[in-house]
Amino acid sequence: MDMMSSGLKTILSTSLDVLPIVLFIFLFQVFVIRQPVRDLGRLIAGLAFTIVGLGLFLVGLEQALFPLGRLMAEQLTHPEFLLRGVGTVDFHWSHYSWVYVFAFAIGFATTIAEPALLAVAMKANETSGGAIHVWGLRVAVAIGVAVGVSLGCFRIITGLPLQIFILVGYIIVVIQTIWSPRLIIPLAYDSGGVTTSTVTVPLITALGLGLADTVPGRSPLLDGFGLVAFASLFPIISVLAYAQLTALRERRASRSKSDLVREAESTFKETN
Amino acid sequence: MTKVLRTLWKHVAGSVRDLAPIVIVIAFFQYFILQQPMDNALALVSGAILVLLGLTLFVYGLELALFPIGESLAHALARKGSVFWLLTFSFLLGFGTTVAEPALTAVANEAAQVAAGAGAIGDTDEARSRYVMGLRITVALSVGVALLVGVLRILLGWSLPLLIISGYIMVIAMTAVAPPEIVGIAYDSGGVTTSTVTVPLVAALGVGIASSLRDRNPMTDGFGLIAFASLTPMIFVMAYGSIIAWI
Repeated sequence: MDMMSSGLKTILSTSLDVLPIVLFIFLFQVFVIRQPVRDLGRLIAGLAFTIVGLGLFLVGLEQALFPLGRLMAEQLTHPEFLLRGVGTVDFHWSHYSWVYVFAFAIGFATTIAEPALLAVAMKANETSGGAIHVWGLRVAVAIGVAVGVSLGCFRIITGLPLQIFILVGYIIVVIQTIWSPRLIIPLAYDSGGVTTSTVTVPLITALGLGLADTVPGRSPLLDGFGLVAFASLFPIISVLAYAQLTALRERRASRSKSDLVREAESTFKETN
Repeated sequence: MTKVLRTLWKHVAGSVRDLAPIVIVIAFFQYFILQQPMDNALALVSGAILVLLGLTLFVYGLELALFPIGESLAHALARKGSVFWLLTFSFLLGFGTTVAEPALTAVANEAAQVAAGAGAIGDTDEARSRYVMGLRITVALSVGVALLVGVLRILLGWSLPLLIISGYIMVIAMTAVAPPEIVGIAYDSGGVTTSTVTVPLVAALGVGIASSLRDRNPMTDGFGLIAFASLTPMIFVMAYGSIIAWI
């Protein structure tokens, strides 16, 4: 009985979540575009699937993804695990190396497998006439997310202010924007938001909060957030860097070797 | 019947692919590095199955009902040429998809628990759910505004880098005045908003508009909407936090 009522409550609240978008899409369809809604049965079935699916997902999230993130944070920062072979008790950020490795692995693996990113990469390959490689872009974004989550964990563990990292990241993006091929800029800006999927976000949020909970001297409210922000900022940098490298290589390939040597010499003189 | 089963299977495979990297990485760490027993393994596995099932049904339902009609609507409105309706549609699309975004719901709930635990808000169900609603509505409004500005940019051909850089400056300026306990949540809400529901519909909107206008390149004009939608929530949530701290 209890499960029944909590199930009903979940269905009710997820229906409310989906209501605004459904309502206004139908109103637009009927009143602005003035077209009848076709395939009503299919639509109703689709909505029912959406609502039930959302409810199940949210329940599963509470039961699996959040606890998993927390569990990993707890176990990876557990004193017994940290002090294997090390005799000291004073905690230093360098003792948490497995946390960084785990963060990097989670960031890289989830991004490489992200279907939304694959779609964007294929579209970019098509519109750039093959200059942007599908795999190159995917690896660039995945490295960006991996470095972002990893560095984010370092920030939580050391308790350094989040703003400084974000500010420096923004400055790097702005500088890169000035020297990047124009075509790639909107795509690079978008790649930050696209990569953090519905499954990854709760997991890394829980990881960050768990870290802030278990590392001595950190507060979850002040230090625990920020991993998602890092995971959305760093892909912008890595995609712009990838585009710059591609442009550089193309320019080199289109020149004869002697030109290249002369160019290198002159830039060498300039920079000195 | 076999066709339905086949598409359903395709979606199950899609959700498995979403979840697999997480399971593989965590299993590797558990087995080889941590080597500790997982005492609540049963709850975790059943939870993961619920996530798998829920995500499959959710995405399948979206593709059956909302995505086709939303995409054709975006194209129809772009062709219709009424700027007023196009902007209204963009705002409501951003608002509606963000309210339905499961990752945002999850993170807002978590943020409420953390805030209650730290004493920033009252530790009652009512205070928490008010905080969650406030956060979600703020983010949804900000994504609505982001799409409105983004579509206006495509129509008028404004420079994307300039707008983004002004957004960055606003984020930094807000950070200086916002209460410190909202900053982390605000920064994260930028990446949270653009997921399963928002990205496909927003991409359709951008590419639809850019390809129905003359002299517009879908590559430079069609992309860029998501970038706005992950920037404005930071500014809005910090503003929300400042207002709450005042009253």
